[in-house]
Amino acid sequence: MTRSRFTPTHVGTAALGCPAERSSAVATKRGHSGPALVVTLLAVSLATSCSRKTESAPQLKPTAFGAAIVESSGGKQFAQTGSLLPQPVVVQVNDEQGTAVAGALVEFAAVPGVTFDPSNGLTDSSGQLTTNVSLGGMAGRYQFVAFTTDKSHKKVELKIEEIALGYQQTLGRHLNDQYCERCHNPESTVERVSNYDNLEVKPHPFTEGDTLNKISDADLTAIISHGGPALNKSALMPAWGNTLSKSDIQALISYIRAISDPPSRSAGPVYAKD
Amino acid sequence: MKEKLTSLWQKLFGDNVRAFGVVSLIFLASLAIAPAKNFFSEWRHYQHGYRRMIRNRSDANTLQRHFQGGIQQIWLPELGVVDRCTSCHVGLKEASLADVPNQPYRTHPVIPHKLDQFGCTVCHRGQGAATTLSEAHNSTLAWEQPILPAKYIESSCGECHRGPLPGTPQLNQGRNLLSRAGCVHCHTVKLSDGAVMKATDDPPSLSHIADKTTREWIFAWLKDPQAYASTSTMPNFKLSDDDARDMSAFLIANSTPMAGDTATLSAKASSDPAAGASLYGESFCASCHAVQNAAGNMVGGDVGPELTKVGTKVKPEWLQAWLRNPRAYDAGTAMPHYRFNDGQVGTLSGFLQAKADSDFLANVHLEAATPEQIAHGKRLVSDYGCASCHEIAGIKKPENFAPELSRIGSKPVTQLVFLPGMQHTLPDYIATKIKQPRAFGQGLKMPQYTFTPAQIDSLTTALLSLNDRSNTLPPSLAVASTHESDYQPAGKAGKLMADLACFSCHRINGHGGDMAPDLTWEGSSVQREWLVQFFKNPGTLRPSLIRRMPRFNLSDGEVNELTDYIMTVYQNPGIDRDAMPLGGYSQGEVELGKQLFYGKYACQGCHIVDTKTDKGYIGPTLTNVGSRLNAAWIYQWMKNPQALRPGTIEPNRAMSDEDARALTAFLISQKGGAKQEVAKK
Repeated sequence: MTRSRFTPTHVGTAALGCPAERSSAVATKRGHSGPALVVTLLAVSLATSCSRKTESAPQLKPTAFGAAIVESSGGKQFAQTGSLLPQPVVVQVNDEQGTAVAGALVEFAAVPGVTFDPSNGLTDSSGQLTTNVSLGGMAGRYQFVAFTTDKSHKKVELKIEEIALGYQQTLGRHLNDQYCERCHNPESTVERVSNYDNLEVKPHPFTEGDTLNKISDADLTAIISHGGPALNKSALMPAWGNTLSKSDIQALISYIRAISDPPSRSAGPVYAKD
Repeated sequence: MKEKLTSLWQKLFGDNVRAFGVVSLIFLASLAIAPAKNFFSEWRHYQHGYRRMIRNRSDANTLQRHFQGGIQQIWLPELGVVDRCTSCHVGLKEASLADVPNQPYRTHPVIPHKLDQFGCTVCHRGQGAATTLSEAHNSTLAWEQPILPAKYIESSCGECHRGPLPGTPQLNQGRNLLSRAGCVHCHTVKLSDGAVMKATDDPPSLSHIADKTTREWIFAWLKDPQAYASTSTMPNFKLSDDDARDMSAFLIANSTPMAGDTATLSAKASSDPAAGASLYGESFCASCHAVQNAAGNMVGGDVGPELTKVGTKVKPEWLQAWLRNPRAYDAGTAMPHYRFNDGQVGTLSGFLQAKADSDFLANVHLEAATPEQIAHGKRLVSDYGCASCHEIAGIKKPENFAPELSRIGSKPVTQLVFLPGMQHTLPDYIATKIKQPRAFGQGLKMPQYTFTPAQIDSLTTALLSLNDRSNTLPPSLAVASTHESDYQPAGKAGKLMADLACFSCHRINGHGGDMAPDLTWEGSSVQREWLVQFFKNPGTLRPSLIRRMPRFNLSDGEVNELTDYIMTVYQNPGIDRDAMPLGGYSQGEVELGKQLFYGKYACQGCHIVDTKTDKGYIGPTLTNVGSRLNAAWIYQWMKNPQALRPGTIEPNRAMSDEDARALTAFLISQKGGAKQEVAKK
């Protein structure tokens, strides 16, 4: 038995639904005719099962080469673990002058469990490629890479980060949408007008990691439960301790920690492809 | 060769001693197989790995103390759980291992349940009793259920939790869609509590369709509903031109006229777009109906149909009759009966009729239908199950038209047909079936929906939660959902409320929509005179709302009828309206209330009392709250808002009686006067 079969990364893939199951089962059944056949079939099925997707992708030939790859939109989104990001990720390939390049080959790569639809493609007439991204099954930050090659066949990379929310953070996000966001998020939408600008003392947006990361969990709990004055801050922050339960407040804090930018120390691991 | 073998045989078994020795060796070796297998087992490997990993951590001692070697098992007989997952997933309960990137050593994310009470496979599926990775995670010949992919994990919450949960948005959305997208018109879904899932959409009756629209429009609509309205929930049946021609012929021929709809135009359709737009705005049509604007964005609600191209669809006579009283054509419609006068009907119908797209019907040319075509159309209408959703005169609603889905989440994989390239798992089958229903064979009837990938995932999640376990759960574990009540107000006022479709937006006693405030205790909450004025000229209480109460042009008699009913019937038994006066509080109390409002409780963050200084944009404007609310209601609201309106976002401040009384005194002194418009951002 080799060690590599049991590395934690491999387990991660299997748990996330690598389609090996049925093919290997079939292989075992047929294998009664001879042990050699069992070994071959198992080996083949093991080798192909997890890489099937990438192999079937058509080989694309770039018609042009860029010098840089930049993010147009879709970075720093939140989604539940294993789910599609709400917005697709759009990247753009530019040449040395910063003009968009059409027909450049862009590929996406990430840790196992993250899927891209499509996982590669040529940039369109505006130099962009759009992909739908599903995050892996573990809560945390996912860093993936979009890369293209320049004229000298050198890899040009762009790192993009997204955030996967576990159960607790998803609950926190729900509570944030209901109770907090109207004041703490300065962005207004058609459906939901922000109250941020109307407040004498500006609340901290929850992505404001520079400030919020310095406040301990205990202090955040105190502010949320007893209101701003508990920490000599503005009374415009009301006390929520009689409205939200203790576990609600913990969920909110875990959401705030998960989305803070720069990341909080307790935000959990980063899943990046080496 | 033969000699070599013979000599080997001689060497090993040549005499009794040798034979005994060799046989003993073979025997001993075979005895060692089982211990060796045990020694090299996967779980032992992972436990070794775990101990190696924790050795270098600062909390090594604690972790080492918690560590238990050997096969671990969670056994819960009443759930049928025998889970040995913790044999390899050693760190699940160690909170400090949240920084470990991957399983099997990472701590389990925080959930509301304890592993010891529910085990692992209840949520994650897989084979709990297995002690090897592939048998536990994957499906084998003897075990069908592999580990559930993370994106569908909320389906397992839905096995016990029958209602929506705040932490499971995907499951909630999926369940909603099953009702809203009309899935349950054709597919029966019996819920584990015995109820049958009901559709919440309201497909129109087609029995009088010829009054409303033309055969050409029906043809084009049947061919591609989303070409007419991108938000339409009607699926695409992928009909051939001939089939769409015959079905439209049948629907027109089958339609009977309704009195009133075909009457000559009584109001002159106005061509004043400014007046039309202003009446459309004043009537808050956009609270329910969406229109796609020039930038391509949908503006408006999704209660009623999209109106972007409505002029291409409806006949002018029908539209005017509908605007005059929609209930004459469709007694159960969610559209209120606005009491528009002739001039308003003309203005609005002219405005809507101008929302047309001449290209939509440009290429539709239909010859007069032959009796054969009509007969064929009728057959098609039956075959496609149109009557499952729509009422069609002469065609019965088919029963069990499509497979029942009550236990779809446990359907054996051996009974499924897979497309080439698909993963052979149940979730993948369900998702693909929703995405491309017709790809699974010839002659399938399920139409093509226009779900987004996220909607497909949430539908799949909801369907996976309908499984054997959800149906055979010990009753003690089921968490009931609150079903919509069938509350109906009584008498004349009840009829009036039905006519005005109050329940399309408002909820009362557990029945109705959630767009507007719950009115269950409205009689305790507001003052009679305010309510009368509000009916005559509804303003908005919250400055930032875009969906608002329309003006129904009610007569004085109707206003009195409604107001009397609301003030008498919608009373909270815990609130005595007359317990506190509407005035006469001491100046000191009012002053104290003002200090509390602006100081201790900082209410101006969300509310406006003085339009010059306050900017709060979230809660209702309170400039004239003293003329709107009852003092006793304000007092009780201060004490515990959630007790009066569950789910309200006003925080419960646990106020002392004195604070609540002072704030009541301050607020009740805000009599406002003329309504002040709040500047929009």
